[in-house]
Amino acid sequence: MPADAAIRAEHLGKQFGEVVALDDVSLEVPAGSVLGLLGPNGAGKTTAVRILTTLLRPDRGMATVLGLDVTKHAQEVRASIGLAGQYAAVDEKLTGHENLQLVGRLTHLAKAEIARRSDELLERFQLTDAADRTVQTYSGGMRRRLDLAASLVHRPPVLFLDEPTTGLDPQSRIEMWAILEELVGGGTTLLLTTQYLEEADRLADRIVVIDSGSVIAEGTSVELKAHLASTVIEVGLHDVESATRTAELLASLGSPAANGMLVSLATDDGARSMVDVVRHLDAAGVEPATISLREPTLDDVFLALTGRASRPETAPDGGGRRKRRFRREQDGNAS
Amino acid sequence: MTAASPIGPDKGRKIRGIVVTDAITMTWRNMLNLLRTPQVVVFATIQPMMFVFMFRYVFGGAIAIPGFSYPYIDYLMPGVFAQAVVFGAIMTGVGLAQDLKQGLIERFRSLPMAGSSVLVGRTTADLMRNTFVISLMCAVGFAVGFRIHTNALAFAAGVGLMLLFAYSMSWVFAFVGLVTGDAEAAQAASFPILIPMVFASTAFVSVATMPEWLQVFARNQPVSQVINGVRALCVGGPTAAYVIHALLWIAAITLVFGALSVWRYRRA
Repeated sequence: MPADAAIRAEHLGKQFGEVVALDDVSLEVPAGSVLGLLGPNGAGKTTAVRILTTLLRPDRGMATVLGLDVTKHAQEVRASIGLAGQYAAVDEKLTGHENLQLVGRLTHLAKAEIARRSDELLERFQLTDAADRTVQTYSGGMRRRLDLAASLVHRPPVLFLDEPTTGLDPQSRIEMWAILEELVGGGTTLLLTTQYLEEADRLADRIVVIDSGSVIAEGTSVELKAHLASTVIEVGLHDVESATRTAELLASLGSPAANGMLVSLATDDGARSMVDVVRHLDAAGVEPATISLREPTLDDVFLALTGRASRPETAPDGGGRRKRRFRREQDGNAS
Repeated sequence: MTAASPIGPDKGRKIRGIVVTDAITMTWRNMLNLLRTPQVVVFATIQPMMFVFMFRYVFGGAIAIPGFSYPYIDYLMPGVFAQAVVFGAIMTGVGLAQDLKQGLIERFRSLPMAGSSVLVGRTTADLMRNTFVISLMCAVGFAVGFRIHTNALAFAAGVGLMLLFAYSMSWVFAFVGLVTGDAEAAQAASFPILIPMVFASTAFVSVATMPEWLQVFARNQPVSQVINGVRALCVGGPTAAYVIHALLWIAAITLVFGALSVWRYRRA
């Protein structure tokens, strides 16, 4: 086993009754790097994180953190990890300072270290002014920052963040990203789940895309984009019906995906395809509102891989295995 | 390979150490929670106070206790104590259900702490709350004519017995709270258990007036047995058998629901 993998999962599987939350997930996060675990709601992201953080035992497969098996050495693993979840897990009735103190005491730090560490974290996360107020007076962004601070009290070398910015306003999200970038700069190994491609694109060294409990793609964001196509043609329509119709019209040119009033078509030969698109639209008498050529984003990759937000008959055959049966309820059951 | 392991050869001692320190930490945390929600403590005391006044002045005159040679208030007070701690125990379940819902239990389970301390810290803080409630009830009782007919030591033993019972009931509702995982549901699930336990008992009336079939339940159920023990310690008469029965119930409830709660917590 290479010693440099801080987090490693091999063929993890987990079932809740009839619902397959994880089918087969393997991943590896080298020490000091950031892995973005990307997937729609119910893909199994939270279940994977809960297994890796010792909260849940897998039915199949095995996982290690810093070389320690998460089921056999759970308590040792807990000493080296930090976890911040989707729902800020801080005590409402305690002050910010007391919340950090609580975690410090429960991770068995020395008294002086707890005091020093909580002051340091409160300052770093701009909570010093609110340190002695109970958390119930905090805003959503402040709670999330405190939650993250709480997961860092014992200086864990490995950090798990489950959708750290879900539900945050854009301003707080950008602040959170800055904080995370700084953390990663300090050498922390980070596994981050997210539904936001922008977030994975910005923070992650490597990305693993999971859907319906299985890994359907992995690589750097550049690799994932290259895997798709070189260019995306985007046609904006005046209403949803013409978008649907346009997607049907363009089906002969590739795998167009309609998303609201926007139709996107991935292609290897942008200029040539553009001419074809215009010709098709003109022949059918469709009037586009806008038409543009752009670089593919992770959104396109995601759409292509999972078929999400595109209609089934136009969904591209993105090379992923698709088992959609239990998609919707999964994360709800898992959390 | 496990060079990173922070646990050395003195693993056993270390673990015993953290079981105690973590329990103290969690008690501290729950006490802070209690102190910052004074309304909970206030409501927990107002209700039993209403019972004292209601049964002392409204129903008391109409209630005859055959074979009880002291004023009704002396019969009533141990019953009110029991009612207060049994209803108060719901708060243990509500608190744990809230922790679960807020994701705090998840955080605690991801920390290298003793898992038992989450439950022990909660029930210990609730024991302290109950101590406060019972003390207040004693003061109210004495103010409206409650008198001890044994001695201070026996009375202290009676209060101690009631607090032990309160502690065992906390474990019952800890389990209810963990199973329901929702504060409102925990509360709703608690009442159907509590009403028959508290009222089909020797708390307020003599069971002799109840129908035959109900008497069997009312005489033998734990709330009655504990009240009988505490009452005997306050007014005298045959005591040992009552107290032993009460202690057996308390031990059995604590063991069964302690084990169930720990089991449920592990897979929460």
